[in-house]
This record gives sequence, structure tokens and C-alpha cells, in this order.
Amino acid sequence: MASRRVTRKWEVFAGRNRFWCDGRLMTAPHPGVFLLTLALICGTCALHFAFDCPFLAARVSPAVPAAGAALAATTLAALLRTALSDPGIIPRAAPHEAAAAPEDASAGSPTTPGAARPPPRAREVLVRGRPVKLKYCFTCKMFRPPRASHCSLCDNCVDRFDHHCPWVGNCVGKRNYRYFYLFVVSLSFLAVWVFACAVAHLALEARGAGGAGLGGALRASPASALAAAVCFLSVWSVLGLAGFHTYLASTDQTTNEDIKGSFSSRRGVSNPNPYSRGNACANCWHVLCGPLAPSLIDRRGVVPPDGHELPPAFVAVLAAPAPAPSPPEPRDAVRALHAPAPRAKDSMSGSYTNLFEASESARHAYMNRSLELDPVPLSEVCVQGASESGAAVAGGGALSASRLRLLHDTTMIDAALDLDEPDPPSHLATAPAPLPHLALAL
Amino acid sequence: MSNNRIPSGPNTPGSQQTPTQQGIKIFIQRDYSEGTAVKFQTRFPPELEDRIDRQTFEYTIERLNEHFDMAETADCSTYCEGCLACLTAYFIYICTETHYEKHLRKISKFIATQNERVYNPRGIHLTDPILRGLRVIEVTIIDVPNCQSPTGNSTTQLRHT
Repeated sequence: MASRRVTRKWEVFAGRNRFWCDGRLMTAPHPGVFLLTLALICGTCALHFAFDCPFLAARVSPAVPAAGAALAATTLAALLRTALSDPGIIPRAAPHEAAAAPEDASAGSPTTPGAARPPPRAREVLVRGRPVKLKYCFTCKMFRPPRASHCSLCDNCVDRFDHHCPWVGNCVGKRNYRYFYLFVVSLSFLAVWVFACAVAHLALEARGAGGAGLGGALRASPASALAAAVCFLSVWSVLGLAGFHTYLASTDQTTNEDIKGSFSSRRGVSNPNPYSRGNACANCWHVLCGPLAPSLIDRRGVVPPDGHELPPAFVAVLAAPAPAPSPPEPRDAVRALHAPAPRAKDSMSGSYTNLFEASESARHAYMNRSLELDPVPLSEVCVQGASESGAAVAGGGALSASRLRLLHDTTMIDAALDLDEPDPPSHLATAPAPLPHLALAL
Repeated sequence: MSNNRIPSGPNTPGSQQTPTQQGIKIFIQRDYSEGTAVKFQTRFPPELEDRIDRQTFEYTIERLNEHFDMAETADCSTYCEGCLACLTAYFIYICTETHYEKHLRKISKFIATQNERVYNPRGIHLTDPILRGLRVIEVTIIDVPNCQSPTGNSTTQLRHT
């Protein structure tokens, strides 16, 4: 671990989720109940396969254990998939984006005029003609998209948030709802199946050979009785849940919206669901088999060592120190900038790599210019920052990188610093929008 | 990005933070008028006024919206993919790329091409929205003045911080 050279994004992830296998798998912070679920399912299945299946395979059909195995495999796969995948977490806004949000709200929506320092708590948008309130999330520093909600346990906004399910040890949201639904449905089938097999086993035992009766059958196979009891107790809630989620999927609602009554009629005014596709089949299809949204948090992505995704040319210009260059220099830069453009046009039908060659020349032009000025501060800061964060991650002590980032995010140090910024020069007053971005952009 | 900033957090002077990244940032927000599918507003930001013409910008955003629309639309093959995935208990996703991911790659490519041909020479850079959680398109403007723009206004704006 200490010799790892790159920092992956899950290591600096702001929420409370836990990551496993170098970021391939993720769960909620306390997966204890999930392990209980897993143990219950595995235990009951083990009893079923160890005691009921051999008897039923001999007396009824060898298809019985095969069907049981298929059901159990599906259930476990769906459970693991639900528990260990990204539910659709929306990454938090970077500080410069967060700083831009209030203005955008005041510009884009008529309902929040004159918003200043504290961002407005909500703004309204029209979704298919129906007003929907977007709440501002102070933790993620953004306006939550419609249907998203903040999970307090995982400390993340989750898209199309359904609920946080402790049994599967994860949030259920846009990306894992289909897995969750498959899990609930297959688990209800499995519970019914195991219960039926256990009862059949006991009944055949009671009626068969010695005619020992129910007491004799229970003495002969107490494991079947235990499995039947567990299934009998759990099957009702699981069946109820499967039915409920079938209803939700067919109306394209989430548990969260159903509980809050988002789409129930108020004071006699009907308030239909704007996300519904009109008929139950289309909704089910879309929710369960539609295109699978990508994971937005890019857990396995490498944190760029120099801290930005801009092209090198831009970085070089931005890294140039404050004194404005003398007039001839920008002209050179402009000429250098425009030089690669015709080349790119020539290779319009060419391969993608040509474009990067073009960008290479642009980069060199920029690099020369920035070297002339003063390249030192940027490289120093970046190297220092990277090595420090690397040390923090490798140390894994009290101040891990993610902790530090959490502290940084929650205290909003940048915003506090920004309050002391001097006022902009008067000639910039006509264009006030970019200034807070400048102050917070880093 | 924030990773680097953490160590130079509360107790280091602010001057350390300034050299890394400035420039004007503007954000194209999502358009939710047609539901939660990914779509971006085509409203032309006034900050780009003297750098690029409106049609070029709107063309980029509209093409981007078309790409996202294709990624989100569920045609027959998408449903088949979904059903097949369901039948294999979603293990198929380990080996194949989803319909959405294919389109995301196309989108990244489209943005890179547009940046290369149109935007970067004018001192504008569009950030791939997937890097911002598909919430916004971040537009970075740097201070290289366009040949057509007579004022040095943009330079002073950038240099302010």
C-alpha cells in the first residue's frame, strides 16, 4: 500500500461509504445488518440443500435441488450486486462550481431574486409543465436534481433516491434499483420455495414409511422445521415488499416519493407524477430494463497529480503569474494558437490522434511563453501538495486524505476566506458574474 | 483537484492557492423541462459574447444533447441488453460495456474534437460533463484575447485574483 504511486478517487471520496478491493466494491458505512441478511439467506439455503434436497431428490424429482440452486444463486447475485455497487451517488460540487450556483439561481429562476451570500434553499423548475422544487444541498453544495435526495447515513446525494436499505447495506437509488427489485422478487420466490420444500419433506416423512406422524417427522428432520419456520416468518414481509415495489416500478415512483406523498392529490387537486411514461408496462420496462446510467463518482479513476483536467496549454496560461504580459507576447500566443487550427481542419476526416498532435504544438507554444515568465510556483505547489496527500494516504492515520477533505468541505474554509476579498475594480462592475468564481476557483 | 488543496488548507497562507487555477468559469446548467434525462440548457452565456458566435456554441450544446438523448433513449436493443443482463443476474455487465457507456465515449470524443477545433484556439475550454457528475458543463475562459476583441478587458478580469 505504501508503495502505491497513484491516488484513486475513492481514497479522497467525500461521503462516508466504505470501499473494498481498491475501489471496485462499495458499501454503506455500517454493513453489519447486511452481513446478517447474508448469513440468514446462506444459512437457510444450507439447511435446505443439506436436509431437504437429498430426500426430495430421491422421493420426488432431481429437478427440486436444481430449481432451488438456480433461485438461490439469482438471489445471492442480486443481493451482492445491490449491496456492492454504486447506487447513483452524485459527486459533490467543486468549490468554484458551488460559488457559481447562487448567481445561476437568481439568473435562471424568477423565484429567487437578489440572492447574495447564503445560497437560496430551493429553486423551482418545470418538469413537463409541473413545478418541481430543487433543494439546495449544503453538504454537496449544489441544487439536487429532481428526485435526488441526501442520504444522511452515507452522507451523499443519491439520484432517484429510493431509500437507504440497512438489510442490503447500501442506498437504493437510480443505479441499483433494478438489482434491488430482482433481489426482492427472487428472495420471495426463494422463501416460498424453501418453505414449500420443507413442508413437503415433513409431510412425506410423516405419512411415509413408518407412519410416524408429525411428531416423528419433526424428530427425524428438525432442520426442515427450522428452515420452514425462518421462511414462514420472513416470507410475509418479503412478499409485501415485492408487491409494493412492483407497484412503485409500474408507476415510476420511488419509496421516498411515495412516503412523502409527492404525487398524491392535495386538496382535491390532482398532482400526477411527471416522470411517469403513461402506462405501467412502459414504466416497468424503463425502470428495470432501460439503459443503465453510468457511475458518476469514478471510484477507480486516478486523481490527476497536478490537480486539473484542463489542456496543458490552458494550464500554462493560467499558471502564469499576476503581472500582465507586455503587448507583443499575447499576439505571439494568439498566432501560435491559431496556427494548429487549419491543420485540424485538414485532418477533418483523419484519425483522432492527429488532433492530439495538433494540441501538442499548441501546448509547446503555451509552454514557452509560460517558461519565459515564471514556471516555478505551480510546479512547487503541485509537487508539495501531491507528496503531502500521498503521505497522508500512505500513513492512513487520523488525518487521512478523505478526512482532511471532509473537514475542508464541511468547514467551507474557502468561502470564509472569500468574504475578506477586496471589492472588484469599478470597471468590472458591469460583469459581476465571474468574480466569485475567480475568488473561489483554484 | 481538491486533493492537492487539502494539505495547504486552513493554516497556510492563501497565496499558495492562487497560482494553480484561475480563469473565468461559467457553468451550463441542466435543463429538466423534459424529465430527468440528461439535457443541458442552450441559453448562450453572455460571457462568451465576444469570443464565439452564438450558432457555433448552440450547435455544440445541441449535438451534445442529441448524444445524451441517444444514450438515454431505450430502443429495442437497449431493452434486449437489459433483459439479457437481468437473465444473467447482471453478470454480463462485468464483461461488456453498456449502451450508455458507449455513448459517453462518443460524447467525450465529440467534446475533445470541438475543443480542439473550435474552442481552445479561442481561449475557451469545455469540460466533459461526466467529470462534473453530468450536472453542469464547465466552461473555462482564459485570458488570451481573441483577435477580434479590441478591449483588453478579459486580461484584467483574469489577473484580478
